[in-house]
Amino acid sequence: MANKFLADFPILENVVYLDNSATTQKPLQVIKAVENFYKKFNANPHRGVYNLSIQATKIYEDTRRKVAKFINAKSSSEIIFTKNATESLNLVAYSFALANVQAGDEILITIAEHHSNLVIWQMVAKSKGATLKYIYLDADGNLSEKDFAEKLSSRTKIFAVTQISNVLGLINNVKKFAAKAHEVGATVIVDGAQSVPHIKVDVQDLDADFFAFSAHKMLGTMGFGVLYGKKNLLENMQPFLRGGDMIEYVEEQATTFAELPNKFEAGTQNVGGAAALSAAIDYLNSIGFAEIERIEKKLTTYAISELKKLSYIELYGCENLNNKIGIVTFNIAEVHPHDVATILDAQGVAVRAGHHCAQPLMNFLNQNATCRASFYFYNTKADVEKFLDAIKQVRKVMHIA
Amino acid sequence: MLEDIYTELIAEHNQAKENRRTLENPTLTERGHNPSCGDDITLEFKIEGDKIIDAAFVGQGCAISQASTDMMIELLRGKKLDDAKRLAELFLAMIKGEVTDDSELEELEDAAALKNICNMPARVKCATLAWHTFKTMTK
Repeated sequence: MANKFLADFPILENVVYLDNSATTQKPLQVIKAVENFYKKFNANPHRGVYNLSIQATKIYEDTRRKVAKFINAKSSSEIIFTKNATESLNLVAYSFALANVQAGDEILITIAEHHSNLVIWQMVAKSKGATLKYIYLDADGNLSEKDFAEKLSSRTKIFAVTQISNVLGLINNVKKFAAKAHEVGATVIVDGAQSVPHIKVDVQDLDADFFAFSAHKMLGTMGFGVLYGKKNLLENMQPFLRGGDMIEYVEEQATTFAELPNKFEAGTQNVGGAAALSAAIDYLNSIGFAEIERIEKKLTTYAISELKKLSYIELYGCENLNNKIGIVTFNIAEVHPHDVATILDAQGVAVRAGHHCAQPLMNFLNQNATCRASFYFYNTKADVEKFLDAIKQVRKVMHIA
Repeated sequence: MLEDIYTELIAEHNQAKENRRTLENPTLTERGHNPSCGDDITLEFKIEGDKIIDAAFVGQGCAISQASTDMMIELLRGKKLDDAKRLAELFLAMIKGEVTDDSELEELEDAAALKNICNMPARVKCATLAWHTFKTMTK
């Protein structure tokens, strides 16, 4: 059962790819954009006065404007390009948090954070003598509003939260949480790695102070990420990395730094990655998020309703589908997730197994590991059917009943 | 391919209970884990003189890691320590694909059944966990 997207994704001919939360496949349009840059426009941006360098600079800066519009930033100078969401969050931790968190302060995060939005806060808390606190989940997997209300206080300096859990796929009401966090004077840092690819994001509406995401989870290439930050915050921060292209004047003993956003982009940047992200955004815009959400919801609803018919399947965060993107996390009774993934792989179905870079969440769920199937708009009902057929083989292969 | 990995023998060792226990006053104990996937075992060995008089393990993980541990425990119990170390090296060489002659692998008894894991790079660390842990423990 082909759909209109498959012609753009030749890699999908041979695999049922259900690990889209880890990274998505790339359409030919994105691959060609990278090729086009290196074939026709390769030069170091921002440096040369010759035409090629001007073209490379244009590709890079046009992407910045496109990204700003895509997530509704006020200005493209609030868009910093990084390597990935992890680097974006590290930039905030090192350049903002270490300078603003004091001993006795509190950092509030959720138990559903990816390690990229967790390990950094342990580092900040430890080096500043601050306390790291966790908001836990209600039985349905959603953030406990009660716990949030109890733990948020005037001591809270940082509130860091994922917009969508990479394990449960549940959408956090960041706008509501951010408003309350701002009331106590906390800075709100949002991990958007799982949200930007799947739902319409408006950073001003959310009122995020910082917002991070990765290009490779939204059709772009690996090694390219984005940090959005409110201008007044970015302007008052020290650089994260120092070197070429982020300076104004360099003397023997002192340096003044470039204006935003260049202050945070040291060294030659990934222009090929920018070209790819630009093409990826065009591709997503041509479909539209209403359609993307519709397709993913249909696949997710079907997969979950079929999985629920199998008595040996345990599902996590799959009760309320209104608040959820296409991530289905599950276990098969008496079978370890890695064995499940191997058996599915042998049948041409790629799913993720393990802790999904969220070990504290796994502990909270009392699971050593889980399996995760995650959908994108190019997946089809036939993919879900193959996935379900493969699932039904697992216990047989494992010699269980 | 799958049938070569998830054999009856692996299933039996994965589900076996006899070797899953703790020893009283073990001579050697060592925890081994694969952080990326969560396989996590603890070996306990009782040594008298140069002989392994008892061995057991506790832990959790995928069928391959648990079956491999169970096979190792059964193979090494009663062996001289030097022989046990040599067998561990033989097993690791087999998984690396360095020893392919079945007659050489006979000594590994049931564990020789894991030979085909060398064709599944993603699962090699599951099969070798117990053996690496044993090596660390007896260094």
